[in-house]
Amino acid sequence: MEAQDLIPVKVICKRYNVPSSFIINLQEYQLIEVLVEKDNYFVHITQIKKIEKLIRLHYDLNINFEGVDAINNLLQQVEYLQQEIIFLQNKLNRYE
Amino acid sequence: MAFIDYYKILGVSKTVSEAEIKKAYRKLARKYHPDLNPNDKVAEKKFKEINEANEVLSNPENRKKYDAYGEHWQHAEEFEKAKQQKGYQQTTSEPFGSYSEQEFSDFFSNMFGGASTRGSGRQVKFRGQDFNAELQLDLKEVYTTHKRKLTVNNKNIRITIPAGIENGQIIKIKGHGGKGLNGGPNGDLYIQFSIVNHSKFKRDKDNLHATVDLDLYTALLGGELMVDTFNGKVKLNVKPETQNGTKVKLKDKGFPKYKKEGQFGDLYITYQVKIPTKLSNKEKTMIKELQKLR
Repeated sequence: MEAQDLIPVKVICKRYNVPSSFIINLQEYQLIEVLVEKDNYFVHITQIKKIEKLIRLHYDLNINFEGVDAINNLLQQVEYLQQEIIFLQNKLNRYE
Repeated sequence: MAFIDYYKILGVSKTVSEAEIKKAYRKLARKYHPDLNPNDKVAEKKFKEINEANEVLSNPENRKKYDAYGEHWQHAEEFEKAKQQKGYQQTTSEPFGSYSEQEFSDFFSNMFGGASTRGSGRQVKFRGQDFNAELQLDLKEVYTTHKRKLTVNNKNIRITIPAGIENGQIIKIKGHGGKGLNGGPNGDLYIQFSIVNHSKFKRDKDNLHATVDLDLYTALLGGELMVDTFNGKVKLNVKPETQNGTKVKLKDKGFPKYKKEGQFGDLYITYQVKIPTKLSNKEKTMIKELQKLR
C-alpha cells in the first residue's frame, strides 16, 4: 500500500468538518477500515467516496450509526440483487 | 422553464411553517436520496426536484419571492441578483447527459454546501470523482474487439471494447473521471454496456442459440441443411429420423469469450420440423399409404 494513498484521519475530519469520533464510530461499526501507524490513524484514499456517503447519511439525513450500518448492509444487498437482475434478464432474453 | 410548484413537490400547503418545510424535506430526502436509491433514475430526478424546492422554500427570503412572483419568480431581476450572490446553481457537469451517484459530491455541495466544502480548504490531495456512463451497442458490434471514440466532459477518449462483453457489464477506464483536487489522482470512468440484440440468435454468455426450420422430408430421411451462424453460413448434416425440437451443438460457432482471444462459445441449433400444409390429393393418398405401413 502506497503511503501517498493514506490520508490522516485528522485531515479528513478537518476537511469534512466532522469529529474524529465519527470516523472511529464508522470503524467500530466496521463500515470503514482505519489503519494505525505509530499512533497515527489513516484511511485509504479509496474509502473517501464511502466516507462522504456515510457523512451524508449521518449528518444530512439524521440517521444514527445503527441505521447507517443497516442501510449499508441493505445497499450491498440491493447492489447484489441489481447484478442478479441483469444476469437473469440476459438469461431471459433467450426465451423472448 | 416550466413552472414548478415547490409546495406540491414537498407535499405541503402554502401556509406551513419553516420547520414543517424542513420536516417534509427531510422525510422525502430520506426516501429519494441517491445514496439510498442506487441506479434509480426516477428517484434521482425526484430528489433533484425536492432539493430545488427545499432550496427555495427553506430560505424565508426566497420563499417570499417565490410566493410573490409565482411562475415568473426566476425572471425577477431582484431575485436573480440575490440568487447570484448566493452562488446558487442547479446544474452539474454530466457525462453523457446523465447524473450519476458518483457525481453526487459535486451536486450535493452545490445544493447544500455539503460534505466537500465542510472544511477550511486545507491543501489536501483528494481523488477526483468517478463518472458513470452507459453505452448502448448492438450485439454485432461486440462480436469483435474494436476501438471507439467517446466524448466525456468535452474530452475525446478512445477506448477498446473487448469482444464478448456482456449486457450490463461495467468496465473501468482509469483516470478518466473527475479531476483530482490539489494534485490528487483523477477519478475513474465507469462504462456500463447495454447490448441490444436485433439478431435471430439468443445469447447466453458466450453460447448462442437459434431455431431453424427443417422440412419434414429432410427430418425423416436426413440430408444437408445450410444454417446461419453469427459470422456466416455452415452446412449441417441432418440425421435421418430427426425429431422436432432436436438440438445440435456447433462447437466454437458461438460468441467470442470475453478477453480470451480466439476462443468462442458454442452455437446450439434447435430444429423445428415444419409439417407441410395444403396437401394435394395425391400427397394425401400417399401419406395414407405410409400410415398403413406403420
